Formats: sequence, structure tokens, C-alpha cells
Amino acid sequence: MAAGVATWMPFARAAAVGWLPLAQKTMPKPPVDKKSRSDEILFVNVSGLRFQTWKNTLDRYPDTLLGSSEKEFFYNEETQEYFFDRDPEMFRHILNFFRTGKLHYPRHECIQAFEEELAFYGIIPEIIGDCCMEEYRDRKKENQERLAEDTEAENAGDAPLPPDATLRERLWRAFENPHTSTMALVFYYVTGFFIAVSVIANVVETVPCRPIKGSIKDLPCGEKFSVAFSCLDTACVLIFSFEYLMRLYAAPSRCDFARSVMSVIDVVAILPFYIGLVMPENEEVSGAFVTLRVFRVFRIFKFSRHSQGLRILGCTLQACASELGFLLFSLTMAVIIFATVMFYAEKGTKGTTFSSIPASFWYTIVTMTTLGYGDMVPDSIAGKIFGSICSLSGVLVIALPVPVIVSNFARIYHQNQRADKMRAQQKVRQARIRMAKKGATNAFLQHKEDGGLQDGDSDSTPLCVKNRSAFEHQHHHLLHCLEKTTNHEFTDEVTYSEVCVTDSVGFRTSRSTSLSSQQGATTTCCSRRAKRRAFRLANSTVSVSRGSVQELDTLHITKTPAGTQYPQSRSSLNARTEDLKLNCADYTAAIISIPTPPANTPDESLPNSPAIPGILRNSRSSTYNTQETVKISSL
Amino acid sequence: MLFLSLDKIDDDFELSIVCHRPEGLDKLEAQTNFSKQELQVLYRGFKNECPSGVVNEDTFKQIYAQFFPHGDASTYAHYLFNAFDSAHSGSVKFEDFIMALSTLLRGSVREKLTWTFNLYDINRDGYINKEEMTDIVRAIYDMMGKYTYPALKTDTPKQHVDAFFQKMDKNRDGVVTLDEFILSCQEVNFLYIYTIIIVPPTYSCLLL
Repeated sequence: MAAGVATWMPFARAAAVGWLPLAQKTMPKPPVDKKSRSDEILFVNVSGLRFQTWKNTLDRYPDTLLGSSEKEFFYNEETQEYFFDRDPEMFRHILNFFRTGKLHYPRHECIQAFEEELAFYGIIPEIIGDCCMEEYRDRKKENQERLAEDTEAENAGDAPLPPDATLRERLWRAFENPHTSTMALVFYYVTGFFIAVSVIANVVETVPCRPIKGSIKDLPCGEKFSVAFSCLDTACVLIFSFEYLMRLYAAPSRCDFARSVMSVIDVVAILPFYIGLVMPENEEVSGAFVTLRVFRVFRIFKFSRHSQGLRILGCTLQACASELGFLLFSLTMAVIIFATVMFYAEKGTKGTTFSSIPASFWYTIVTMTTLGYGDMVPDSIAGKIFGSICSLSGVLVIALPVPVIVSNFARIYHQNQRADKMRAQQKVRQARIRMAKKGATNAFLQHKEDGGLQDGDSDSTPLCVKNRSAFEHQHHHLLHCLEKTTNHEFTDEVTYSEVCVTDSVGFRTSRSTSLSSQQGATTTCCSRRAKRRAFRLANSTVSVSRGSVQELDTLHITKTPAGTQYPQSRSSLNARTEDLKLNCADYTAAIISIPTPPANTPDESLPNSPAIPGILRNSRSSTYNTQETVKISSL
Repeated sequence: MLFLSLDKIDDDFELSIVCHRPEGLDKLEAQTNFSKQELQVLYRGFKNECPSGVVNEDTFKQIYAQFFPHGDASTYAHYLFNAFDSAHSGSVKFEDFIMALSTLLRGSVREKLTWTFNLYDINRDGYINKEEMTDIVRAIYDMMGKYTYPALKTDTPKQHVDAFFQKMDKNRDGVVTLDEFILSCQEVNFLYIYTIIIVPPTYSCLLL
């Protein structure tokens, strides 16, 4: 049902009364409104701000949150009101929509916040009234553009390549983002240099040099040092061709690349040379050959890869294509009009330069753009009058589209500047976000060290553990569950790399240095930690695949007699491991985990180091096991 | 300017997002094992996160990524999503969510096991074969991330699966049926099974 129509239902039903006399069959019974009660005032509490409204007001729009039964989910029995934990300022606008039927967009609010509120209350933004619609659309488009730029800046190029990138991908990356690697940068500057050299050579070629001995006429340098110049030209063309072919090879989509503007410029820059090679040294054709040399000047456009400003200019021209088109068209119109007028005005004058209308075009253009070369001047009075009108109107016609072009240029320029700024800030931003994330991941590891993972008595939990929020409790419990499932523990990067190193070398260097300080300070914690360690390690279950030496297979496994005490001094920690004896068939989890060596005795203050090999004592561990099964709670 | 400029009709008219409203509170209370207050709490949290009323797979994966920042939770999130999305519609509505939660938090042991079986049975053919089990276990190990002690080897999941499968597959026919699954789990004193599900923080009151 369309919004707001619900209010008119009684009127529509009145229409049915009009059909009664004409009805051929008896009318069906009207639906019984079970919950029919008289209109009442509802209380809506939005973050403390209490709103009151008639129930009917809200019922007007039954496909929104407030108009449907969805609001019952937010009903608070004790206070007999609907409580929403949302922005009260925005709610004012939402409620006004229900009251008046028109949704207004508050101009000082953030567009995204407003849209989120609308989404929450189930109101589609298209309902916004005409008075505010334009503002809303503009802001939304601006926001979207900005977001699109941001994501583009994020995705574009500065992210490191995946390690398995092919040569092609790496090459393309080097071409598109020269600052990613030194090789790319070198190549970038070399090509830039050669473009400059080529352009300068083209220019210098035509400068007159001192004539060779025996001749009087000045020669252009190009002919005097023709060998040198042609060598230079060949070298430049070879480099450009090589670059073009490499780009073509590396491009992810060759068709798109071949059609792009830059590639067209590249082709145009090198083509004349090859055509010159192919074409015979004919006299007639050499004229065309000379024309082709003109195209060599297009090499200067290759600089646009190196200069962002040029690209912006190109973008601007593209964006202002319609304005430029208008400019051209109106100029043409004016030129034709004024040329005709001037021609007929000057027709009477003797020896006039205005020989034909096309000849007058030149005068009109020169006058309208206020150049005024003076090679053609009107003599008659009428000609002078129309000439002055021509120059005045020229100023106006040219001045009109220019601000549009300028504003477009400014917009694109600022966009680019913002993109650059964004890229520079991005690195800092990402670094900060990474640090915050690491904080969250490290919270769990810290929590483990604080002895929070005790399955045992609650009164011995250290204070640092008790003061966590309920959410943290749940989260850490979840992570602990995952550890139990996989029978691996979370560690941080440092420990992991240490373990990797010692794994390969064959003996362990414990984290004694890092932990010795901890040991001294928190002895109670440590002993409990050791106890907990013993509990946890003893909570190993049996793997059915007998004798499977899993991840400890890199270590040397030696059997240690059951009675040997583990030496206390950590300095003498060696890679003493033991056989993985199988325990009793006590399953604590449906998912079988790999047996880990439990710690030795719980009352030794063993460091919480992964380098604790222990001695498997069947009797002890079995008791631990049975104890442990009771303590595990289910979700 | 009038007829030279092409009329660029910026029609970024995005159709309004799908908005789903759940059925009445009373009906949901009857269908699940939650009380009215609990449903209210659950819905408020759900609505806050997903104003449109549905969760899609990407949101699911993002949620999981936040809870398991160490590793890559996306594969497991994908399997979980399929388990929640019983109708295979590509999005999880509040009703689906609540039904699954009701089973997982308040259901009987058999119901929980059936749900878990459906989670593991990726292709929904009624049997769990070794490949499905390996996929699930590998997804779980992915969540651990790289920095674990002891270090994860590439065949750790496989060995994990081998052990489990041997135990579960009673008649050695290469697949585990629902009955075999339930039977073997109950042997293991299922009360202590860890069912790893993800529950947003607002539901903390319901977890204990």
C-alpha cells in the first residue's frame, strides 16, 4: 500500500456503502479488528528524549519500523514506552515525516548518518520532499564520488603485489607506478630524458648553423650534422618502440591498452620513422615524408605520462568538451555574420583587402580575439562601426564559457590534490589501524600471560583478569575454545620466529630473558601459570593414530626416565623431548587433538615457555585428564 | 550549450535496499525457545548491525574477521553462513538467525548434533565424506593464523581428520551418516563438545 493511504481507509470504506443498493449478492462480512481500541498516545523514548505521538500517526506508514509490529521488539514493559538507542536529533525529522508526510533533509547533518537512520527506521530516501531533494542528491553524489576516490586510492597500486605475481603483473605495476621500485624509477627517468632529447633534437635540427667550408648559404644544423641527428633519432625511436612493446606485453588487457590515449600518442610518435624506412626515396613522396616528420612533435605529448598537470589539463578539456563545443560554435556563427557584414560594408572601398567573405573571416577572427594584426583594416565608416561592434562582441562571446572551463579545471585539480593527500595520509592511517588491531589480538595473548585462562578456582584469578568486560570474557573464551579444538596455541610473531629458528637448529633457547623479569616480579602468577600449564598440557587427548609424532618430529626425541626431575635452571634447557606416549582413551572433545607433552610437576615454577619439554607420566596425566573433563564447560 | 551538451541524466537511482521485517514477536516466541525479553534483546542487536534486516555473507565474514583477527576466518564463515541460511537464499534473515541460535543455545543434544552435522555436510547430501571433513577442519585451522605454538604443518588438518573419521565411520563405508555421527558423539560424552559458533556480544546474557 502506498504510504499515507492507510489514513484514508475509512473514507474508502464509506464508498462501499454507496454500492449497497446495487449489489447483486450480499456483501461479505467486514473484517473484525481484534485489537480495535481507541486511538492512544504512544511514548517513544529516543536516547532519553521523550516523544509522544498518536498511534494513528505511526500507523499511517505500515511499511516502516514505527508503523509495523517491528516496534514491539523495542517495547519496554516497565516504562510502557518504546525505547530506541538512536540519535534523538534525527528522530525529530523521522517523526515529522510521519506527521506531515514529507521527509526533509537536515542540511547540517552528515549525509551518511542520515541515510543510516533512514535505513534503520525502514524509510526509503526517495520519499524526501522536493524542497530538499536536490540538496540531498548533490550531497549524496559528492559523498559517493569521494568514497569512490578513496577506495580507488586504496586499491590503486600502492598495495604490495601478491608474492606470486607473474612477471607480466610486476612489469605492469612497474610501468604504472614508477615509484614502487628503483628499476621502474630508473626506466621512468630514462624515457623522460629521451623524450626531451628527441624533442630538442627536432627543434635544433632546424636552427641555421654555420655553413660548411666552401659554401655561402646557411645550412640548418639538421643537414650539416645529418648523420648525428639521424643516429639520435634512430636511438630515440628504438627506445620508444621498446617501451611501447613492453607496455603492450605487460598490459592486463591489451585491447584496452591499445585503444587508450597514451598508447595512441606512443604509436604516432614512432610511426613516422618506420614509415620513412619503408617508403622509397622518391621525389614526389618525399613531400609527404616531410609532413610525416611534423608528427614527430607529438612526442612531446609523451610527457603527459610524466607530468600530472598535463593529465589534469587533458581531463579538464575532456570534461569541458561541451563548453568548448559551444564556444567554437558560437564563434563560428559570429565570424560568419560579421565577415559577411564587413565584406558588404567594405565592398565599395577601392583596393580593399576584403576581397571575399572567406577573406573577411581572417579579419573577423583577429578582431574578435582582440589580436588586431592590422593587415586588414576597414576604411569606410560603416566598416569601422561594424568593426568595433565585432571586437566588442568578440570579447563577450569568448569570456562566457571560460569560467565554466576554469571551474572544471579547479575541481579536477582539487580532486587530484585530494587523491595525493589521501595517498600520503593513507600510509599513516593504515599503520595506526594496524596498531589498533594488533592491540586487540595482543589482548588475548596478554590475557593468557596474566593467567586468565584458568579453568580452576575463581578466587585465585588475578585481579587483572577480573577487571575485563563481559565481552572480553566471551571473546577470550572463544579464542581459548579454538585453541583447544586445534590443540595449538596462539602466539605472537616474536615467539613464533624464535620457535622456528630453534626448531631448525635443533635446540631451544627459551624465553628466559624475557620471562626472568616477569618471574621475579610475579611469582605467584608464575606458579599458578605453571600449574595452569600443567593442567592444560595434561588435558591432552589421545590420537587414534598410534605413535604419530606430529609437530615435534623435527626435534630429537629421547626417552627420559620417569623419575628424573626437570632441572630448574633455565640456562641448561636443552631440547629434551620425549616419546609421545599415548594416554588413556578419554575424549574431552569430539575433535581429536594431538598429544602435547605435559609439564613436569606443577609446583615447580616453570616458565611459560614453549620450550618446556617435559616428562610424560602416565599416572599423573591420567588423573589430570579425569579432572579436566569435568571442568570444561559447554557453550 | 542547449543542444550541444548531451543530457547526462545521472541516474544513479539505486533501488532501495531490501528491507526485511521479521514476523511478530509472539509468533517467534512460540517457534523458538527464547522468551520475549530475550528476543527483544537479540533483535535490537541484530537490527543495529543490519538495519536492512538481513545478513549477507560478506557481513558474516567481516564479523568473523573481527573475532578471529589472527587468521583467516572467511572459509569457516562461509560454511557457517550456509548452515544458517537453511533456505539457501543468500541472506540470513532474523528468523533464520533465531532458529539456529535457539537450536544451538537451547536445543536438545540431538538437535545440536543435527545442526553440527548439517554444518559439516557441505553439499547437503546427508553424508559427511572425508573431503568435506577436511575442508571444515582446514577452515578451522585457517582461523588460527600463522603464529601458533606448535607451528602448524600443512598436513596437520589432514591428520586431524584421519583420526576423527576413523572413529566416526563405524561401518567403514567412507561416509558418516547422521546416525553414526550422533552415536559416536554421544559415546564421547557430548556434553563437553565444543561447538564453535560466533555470537555477537549483545547476546552475552544468553551464553551463560
